[in-house]
Amino acid sequence: MIWDKKAECMTQKQRESLQLERMQKTVKYVYEKVPFYKKRFNESKIKPAEIKSLADISKLPFTAKADLREGYPFGMFAVPREQIVEIHTSSGTTGKPVVAGYTRNDLAMWGEVMGRTLTMIGANQNDVIQNCYGYGLFTGGLGIHYGAQRIGATVLPISAGQTKRQLQVMQDFGSTILTCTPSYALYLAEVAEEEGITAKKLKLKAGCFGAEMWTEKIRDEIEKRLHLTALNIYGLTEIIGPGVAQECPKKNGLHIAEDHFYPEIISPDTLEVLPEGEKGELVLTGITREGMPMIRFRTKDVTALRRGKCGCGRTLVRMDRITGRSDDMLKIRGVIVFPSNIEKALLEVKGVEPHYQIIVTRPQFLDEIEVKVEITKKMFSDEVKHLEKLKQEIEDHIEEKIGLRIKVTLVEPKSLPRSEGKAQRVVDMRNFK
Amino acid sequence: MKLKQISVFLENKKGHLLEVLNVLSKAKINIRALSIADTSDFGILRLILPDPDKAAKILSQNKITVKETEVIAVGVSDKPGGLAEALQALNSANLNLEYMYAFVAKSKEKAVVVFRTENINAGIKALKKAGIPMLKAEEIYRI
Repeated sequence: MIWDKKAECMTQKQRESLQLERMQKTVKYVYEKVPFYKKRFNESKIKPAEIKSLADISKLPFTAKADLREGYPFGMFAVPREQIVEIHTSSGTTGKPVVAGYTRNDLAMWGEVMGRTLTMIGANQNDVIQNCYGYGLFTGGLGIHYGAQRIGATVLPISAGQTKRQLQVMQDFGSTILTCTPSYALYLAEVAEEEGITAKKLKLKAGCFGAEMWTEKIRDEIEKRLHLTALNIYGLTEIIGPGVAQECPKKNGLHIAEDHFYPEIISPDTLEVLPEGEKGELVLTGITREGMPMIRFRTKDVTALRRGKCGCGRTLVRMDRITGRSDDMLKIRGVIVFPSNIEKALLEVKGVEPHYQIIVTRPQFLDEIEVKVEITKKMFSDEVKHLEKLKQEIEDHIEEKIGLRIKVTLVEPKSLPRSEGKAQRVVDMRNFK
Repeated sequence: MKLKQISVFLENKKGHLLEVLNVLSKAKINIRALSIADTSDFGILRLILPDPDKAAKILSQNKITVKETEVIAVGVSDKPGGLAEALQALNSANLNLEYMYAFVAKSKEKAVVVFRTENINAGIKALKKAGIPMLKAEEIYRI
């Protein structure tokens, strides 16, 4: 089923003309309404009227996460705060969160793109959607919620956690659609197995899973163990939240709602726009947002775009599953962590030298993070209590700086791999590729 | 009275203790006494060897983190209450014992125990005052 055939199955000509019209309108709008953009455009010596074709977007400057932090809290809003009817923030641990403001129209558009998303995975008004994304400032919970209401499904706003109760509800209410992170889906599957619940006897048929990187192997596992079709959802707070892109049951990429979010792929090194099919960093421009339109927002997510009509009938461009980041950002249990901040905190502890390695693993379903720190002759004490104290001191300091408790392990000097060029500081063993 | 002890940082990994012992074995250094303090992540290997300076040098050359620490070798009467008597001397002087471990071999009917007190000189003084015999470094290396 397709929620909005007109929007999702446009011809190239229809789409391009709609996108251009919306892009021109948005560029002019932000230039007039947001001092940040006016300043940036002036610095780049570009006037809104110079955007004459879609390709002209490359003349506009990029917007980065740091710009949003700088504008904290409401600096990126294009309307007075009074017209904002809802606020969400990102889940970062460093400094100020990213703030996103939504007008009434923005919420309507969000509901619309989420309606498309849920329809794409096979949901309709007869379904019971068990929404285990967190409700609150995080966009996941309410994003799914608005989509569910739009299509008229029955939504269970249950959030994550209390897994046994989730399973009880799933059985009693006959949930047919599951929405959560892939790791939580696997955890649910495991607890269901422990409780002796047969997945086949549940009524689940599909689910959209996202908010963290995952793989085809994890998909197979979720599908097998929960007996449903597992599809990939993509979105980010800066742009709107979930609803930016969704995979259809053909499983050959995520359809971007490009009539609302204009995608580009750039080379993170040259910042040039790359041709279709090439792998690079995804850049998004919100061409219909009212409260907080983003111009050329650098997502730092690495993917590629693919054109051509999909077997599902949609013509919306497809993006590959995200395979990495163009910066060093890590998501640990859904929380954004920058290894560079861990390093900074680490080196602030007296006696610690920059020989360390951050190891991220997912032993079962939940992420674990550990920092291995090489002990130096100066740090080495003959007494266990001194070393334990040092270890705790490092852990405390990192926690104070980044807001996350990370296990520190002291290792022998020169035991961590050295390299000629860039040292491999982060070992992510979660295997997303 | 003071005795040099070599401490080695050991990651809690398979084969690491063996590595250290192999280095000593190749250098034909015999171990007189040893103890390991361990936590879940790492351990500290403490060694008494005939030529601690040489051993420290060789271990360092083999990229092993070592530290030389001073300890006291106490000759404890090999009878019930022998060790308690030595500890009582420290207790009376209000001194903390950081750690201790025993030699396997005996010296003249005395059991040899290594003490690391919080203040090594005060420790020696307290033991001396209580008449607890201590062994000289040379005597230990000859055991």
